[in-house]
Amino acid sequence: MSNISVEMDHVFKKFKKGEIFDSLRDLIPALSRKLFRNEGGIRLEEREFWALSNVSFQVAHGEALGIIGPNGAGKSTILKLLCGVMKPTKGEMKVNGTMSALIELGAGFHPDLTGRENIFLNGTIVGMKKTEIKRKFDEIVDFSGLSEFIDTPVKRYSSGMYARLGFSVAAHVDPDVMVVDEVLSVGDYTFQRKCLERMRSIIRSGATVIFVSHNLMAVGNLCSQSLLIDSGRVVKLGPTEEVIRCYMNGDMAGRTEVSEKSDIFISKVEIGDEKGDCAQFKSGQKAWIKVEVRAKRKCEELAVVLYFKDDCHYEICNISTQRMGQGTFSMNAGEIAEFTFELDLHFGSGTFHIGALIYRSSIQKVYDEWFPASTIFVSCDKDVRGAVNLYPQVRMQKVNAL
Amino acid sequence: MFKWFGEVKKYRDLLYMITWREIKIKYKQSVMGFMWAIFMPILIICAGICVKFAMSKLSGRPLALSEVSSVSVKALPWSFFISCIRFATNSLTTNVNLITKIYFPRELFPISAVFSQLFDFIIASSVLIIILVVAQVGASIYLLWVPALLVVLIVFATALGIFLSAANLFYRDVKYLVEVVVTFGIFFTPVFYESELAGRWEWLLLLNPVAPLLEGLNSCIVLGRMPKPGWVLYSGIVSFTSFFLAMAFFKKLEPKFAENI
Repeated sequence: MSNISVEMDHVFKKFKKGEIFDSLRDLIPALSRKLFRNEGGIRLEEREFWALSNVSFQVAHGEALGIIGPNGAGKSTILKLLCGVMKPTKGEMKVNGTMSALIELGAGFHPDLTGRENIFLNGTIVGMKKTEIKRKFDEIVDFSGLSEFIDTPVKRYSSGMYARLGFSVAAHVDPDVMVVDEVLSVGDYTFQRKCLERMRSIIRSGATVIFVSHNLMAVGNLCSQSLLIDSGRVVKLGPTEEVIRCYMNGDMAGRTEVSEKSDIFISKVEIGDEKGDCAQFKSGQKAWIKVEVRAKRKCEELAVVLYFKDDCHYEICNISTQRMGQGTFSMNAGEIAEFTFELDLHFGSGTFHIGALIYRSSIQKVYDEWFPASTIFVSCDKDVRGAVNLYPQVRMQKVNAL
Repeated sequence: MFKWFGEVKKYRDLLYMITWREIKIKYKQSVMGFMWAIFMPILIICAGICVKFAMSKLSGRPLALSEVSSVSVKALPWSFFISCIRFATNSLTTNVNLITKIYFPRELFPISAVFSQLFDFIIASSVLIIILVVAQVGASIYLLWVPALLVVLIVFATALGIFLSAANLFYRDVKYLVEVVVTFGIFFTPVFYESELAGRWEWLLLLNPVAPLLEGLNSCIVLGRMPKPGWVLYSGIVSFTSFFLAMAFFKKLEPKFAENI
């Protein structure tokens, strides 16, 4: 028995742009083709495109694979193929064991039914048996935190409550393989953490998880292996950290073209620790940031500014070469300069975005600004949340009342 | 086919839940609730009685009790049949979010549509049975035919439901056509009249696979006669064949549902 749980072997998937049929004239030949010809062709017809092309990967039992990439890259298509909602145009795929999909929370909820009724309905839809739901019912309700409203029709729920109930049901299935599509971003912070914790325990319990998310932090946290896809092609498959870095660098590749209009521009921003460049840090860790600046014409009185923002785009830290005592500098046409900043990342746990800009200090003219140039994930031993890590200590003492 | 039954068995909890949902939501937020399941067929039967009454006025014959009961016995399965078709045709398109998001055998939708209508039919039939018993109609050995006739009717409704639901998923024209055919179907089916009325053209009416079943129900319940075995056999063959064909059609198109809905 092989150790492979999920496998895709050179999978192609074709989609069509625009309306499927626009008139009766298109419809009749297309219909006859549909009925009489087996869809084996890999020829692209008018307005067709490859949503996935030549995608191959394997996931071993009990492993978690993250899938990242820009919008429209084909991430959800992969999941839909895996759970059998669609069939690939060409290629083979295999899923060993039972499969459960957390693709849309509360898909199949009926607004007129109560929370209780929907738990049963949605539970069976995601693949549980009725007896199983009965057994887990209290656990599900507890997890959702909606016990007060469980006999209210879900149409009266807020969207947060709706999603919480959906996640709670879906998270209590015990499948061999679980595919998750960007569903951790529901509910408030506490609930999100609860979801993440739940996902972790599902992985620990030995299930294979395929996880699609734009939350790179969560991917980094949950998955050892990741797959980066863009426009339906596999860009990189490997250890999550490398793949995330590749994704970030990919952003930079497009950078040079964007800012070529400017006289002087930032061509590269890299961040890393002493072992090399990476995107995941421990709070308090030493890091370096390299900023490369290219000049196309002679410029004077220049300064480089580096800043950090949190997920809400609130500026946490802002440093400049001038304020750090370097003074201003000038560059000649064609010159390339590299600045290396060294800093200690005393952040709380979370995602932080790095921006850089170059400006002329005397007239406050910004030549080039790049945000977000890079994104990093910081984790804390003591799970200190928020922007900064204040290295807390705590003592408890019982004080007797007078 | 055996494999298919195995799969349906595997999903029977889901089939049950979807059917239960359909039944449950149908009468939500209505004052009458389940009374509608009885009320709707009664309205159809009333319409039938009106037609009968008009016909008897024209022909100068008095309206016999047996005619009233045969209208009821035929109108009830007919209304079950057409509501199955109506409901099943739309069963896939009303569940877009499930079809594009989660996989399970899609035929559960049209099948559960038929089952949920069956539930209404059972409620309405039990009322009808009470009325028939009170009116002292029926009770003959031929009543044993009733289950067989109903099974054939259900299979035929399921077959059409499966086929039409898939067709409607690709082309929404189907539901309008169905609406028209179902509305006018009552004129071409011996519901308010007897097929014998057509004289030597009777066979033309009986070609409609529902007609021998309705006539059969009428003859074994109201008239206490044996249904015409040849025609019932014909309906049975048509129903089961169309069921297999519809399933094959449905299964062939199923992989394309998510993209074409």
